[in-house]
Amino acid sequence: MLGKLTIEALPLYSWVAMGGAAVTVLGTLAVMAVITWFGLWGYLWREWFTSVDHKRIGIMYIVLALIMLLRGFVDAIMMRAQQAFAFDSEGYLPADHFDQIFSSHGTIMIFFVAMPFMSGLMNIVVPQQIGTRDVSFPYVNSLSLWLTAAGAALVMVSLVIGKFSTAGWTAYPPYSGINYSPGVGVDYWVFAVLISGIGSTMTGINFVATIIKRRAPGMTLMRMPLFTWTVLCSSVLIVFAFPGLTVAVGLLELDRLFGMHFFTNGDGGNMMMFANLIWIWGHPEVYILVLPAFGVFSHVVSTFSGKKLFGYKSLVYATAAIGILSFTVWLHHFFTMGSSANVNAFFGIMTMIIAVPTGVKVFDWLFTMYRGRIVFHSSMLWTLGFMATFVIGGMSGVLLALPPVDYLMHNTTFLVAHFHNMIIPGVLFGYLAGLQFWFPKAFGFRLNEQWGKRAFWCWIIGFCLAFMPLYVLGLLGMPRRMEHYNVAEWQPHLIIAAVGAVVILLGIGCMLVQLLVSIKERNQTRDLTGDPWLGRTLEWATSSPPPPYNFAVLPDVKERDPFHDMKERGVAYERPKKYEDIYLPKNSAVGMVVGAFAFLLGFAMVWHIWWAAIACAVVILITLIVLSGNDDNEYCLTAKEVEKIENERYRDLAKGLRPASTASAELVPGAPLQGSVS
Amino acid sequence: MSTNPATAPDRDAPLPIDGRDEKAFGFWIYLMSDAIIFALLFATYVVLSGNTAGGPGGKELFDLSRAFGETMLLLASSATFGFATMAMIARDRNGVLMWLAVTFLLGVGFLAMEIGEFRGMIDEGAGPDRSGFLSAFFTLVGTHGVHVTTGLVCIVVMGAQVMTKGLTNPVASRLYRLGLFWHFLDIVWIGIFSVVYLPGVLDG
Repeated sequence: MLGKLTIEALPLYSWVAMGGAAVTVLGTLAVMAVITWFGLWGYLWREWFTSVDHKRIGIMYIVLALIMLLRGFVDAIMMRAQQAFAFDSEGYLPADHFDQIFSSHGTIMIFFVAMPFMSGLMNIVVPQQIGTRDVSFPYVNSLSLWLTAAGAALVMVSLVIGKFSTAGWTAYPPYSGINYSPGVGVDYWVFAVLISGIGSTMTGINFVATIIKRRAPGMTLMRMPLFTWTVLCSSVLIVFAFPGLTVAVGLLELDRLFGMHFFTNGDGGNMMMFANLIWIWGHPEVYILVLPAFGVFSHVVSTFSGKKLFGYKSLVYATAAIGILSFTVWLHHFFTMGSSANVNAFFGIMTMIIAVPTGVKVFDWLFTMYRGRIVFHSSMLWTLGFMATFVIGGMSGVLLALPPVDYLMHNTTFLVAHFHNMIIPGVLFGYLAGLQFWFPKAFGFRLNEQWGKRAFWCWIIGFCLAFMPLYVLGLLGMPRRMEHYNVAEWQPHLIIAAVGAVVILLGIGCMLVQLLVSIKERNQTRDLTGDPWLGRTLEWATSSPPPPYNFAVLPDVKERDPFHDMKERGVAYERPKKYEDIYLPKNSAVGMVVGAFAFLLGFAMVWHIWWAAIACAVVILITLIVLSGNDDNEYCLTAKEVEKIENERYRDLAKGLRPASTASAELVPGAPLQGSVS
Repeated sequence: MSTNPATAPDRDAPLPIDGRDEKAFGFWIYLMSDAIIFALLFATYVVLSGNTAGGPGGKELFDLSRAFGETMLLLASSATFGFATMAMIARDRNGVLMWLAVTFLLGVGFLAMEIGEFRGMIDEGAGPDRSGFLSAFFTLVGTHGVHVTTGLVCIVVMGAQVMTKGLTNPVASRLYRLGLFWHFLDIVWIGIFSVVYLPGVLDG
């Protein structure tokens, strides 16, 4: 009846594991109790869970990402604490538990922090930047969100029922095969990754279609804002790379479930095939994550330097070049696995070449700042911190690209330091800069600057303390993923790294305080104009937060920085002569229903509860069939209703545009606001 | 309920069955993504096709005349789907339903032959757990089979929609995309015939 699921699945094997389970369960219950207490279920269901509005979906993605960031960070600090203590001793974590923690840390940070954070920013910003009212496929968009949430929920459930994988975030066979990992851990990993991966693939398809098909009149490709460009390239990469992930983990699960021999030791399996398949996805994935962050940096740098972006075309070509080259470097993840010297040389050279367009970008940002009037807003701090540290990570990457060096360094903490040095400044700092930058657009008020800056300084100092010692440790020969060790000279470095993790914890604390403080003082920091930073692109032309339709009248684009251009020409806030009816997609529970049953399907598959798996699959199929036949999926905002909303907007604008009371005037002394209310 | 004039049915306007249409464009991107899945399964098959682990190889297992029969059924079904599309352009509702039914039957025939082939192999002890080669064979051909099954379900759903809603713009647009999917499966099958069955029979 319940497959492999028995009472044994509860984490009674260690106090630490029980503590993790208790925090998960109690935290969930506490959140649900608060929602019930304030009677918010109906509101959440109507306005959020069933919403297909891209802005709300984007916000929900980011909430998911931030919650999972906390979980992933708890994993990180537990590992740092273990390694700081575990010289010549067992530390406080049993080996099996330590292995689960490094596996879930990597899985969570990539799939359930970085990916949803990216999808969230894409969703909030891109449709507004290209001057449209929604994405091409709003229902698919909601489905993508809930599939991602289903995957995240599977990882969280593994804390309470059963164990998570101990095979690392890439789950190499044969260790991840059924012979060496007979438990449910790898299955949890497979289904979490598979389900959320399908969601990501659909996001990619959606955004390619949206950007190609829905740009405002006059917005040619070479007038697209750079963030949109990077999202387009990143989405194309998703469409072509994620099938690699689906195939790799799907075949691994076939091995595990049906005793097939794709990646087994004997009977004609070939485990190198797994390494190839997963890195055909895995390397482009790095660029999928980092390109949109480069897009954010481009906007932040140009806005807070008060200049147009230097070398727009070179940035576009560099982005596209990185996109293409990202498919030609995957083998550098396993130089040591016995390919011939020529093969290794090819991939080593390609890896060095891909650093060139990335370098071009750094110079473009530097030249954008050159002679600019730089405002040290916290999103600008994240950007500057990124540039300073990312270059170090890039250099260590070029070093690792040399196969002979890689033979020495592979699987050491040098590698760990390298990829954290790319992903924390490159990806996370970028998204956090984006969060600071676009928060007022999404919520209508600004985030507190003081706490934002404190968070930044804690993060960057903590990051350096936590990861620079790992470079040294790698050179001293310390392998990654060690539960304990007996080399005395490693310990001081590991203690410094643990201190770094604590400083990052302070940074996360500052972020939480920032959120609370900002909400508390939201009435003083309201963004009445919709343009708090003197922005240059179309998302600043809408009100903050934007109405459901974003633009009452679709903008007419004449320049590369369209909103800046409109302000210069004095037409930015011109009232349209008349309004028209606007049709928008209706809310739908389909995304959430399919997400919930996808979660149950995954859970049933993990525990071999076949009847439940079949039942869930049938429910999903029927839901999708019903959705496919629904032609009545739009509602109408009449011209009158639109006019009413817009009139309010113009009242706010009239208040907000008085220079003395505007946020922008405080930020850039003497900078007059352009445009006029007519 | 008010209807968006941009998407409301209009009998004189051309049907939204153009590849440049937003929905069709999105569907093309999905097909490209699915094509990568097949490409990777093909690559895996090619890598593993020699790894018979002492078990039977393609020469003993594959029956070219059966594969030829499957091919004919599937190619014919692509043609009949084309006729359904032509009937749709002519706004001939009954023609659409008839050709969809024929397509469905041909698809079922293909699937029946494939399942028969799989069962025969499993009965001979050449199931997917026998060797890396057979795992790759069953997964590649089986994934195509699952796609065909999905296509058949969609044909039934679309048949029901044509019956209940008629050839409205949204129905026509969905039917057009289903057609793309069906023809795509045909192309994949040509690949399977050329990469799996032909070389398998030639050099075992």
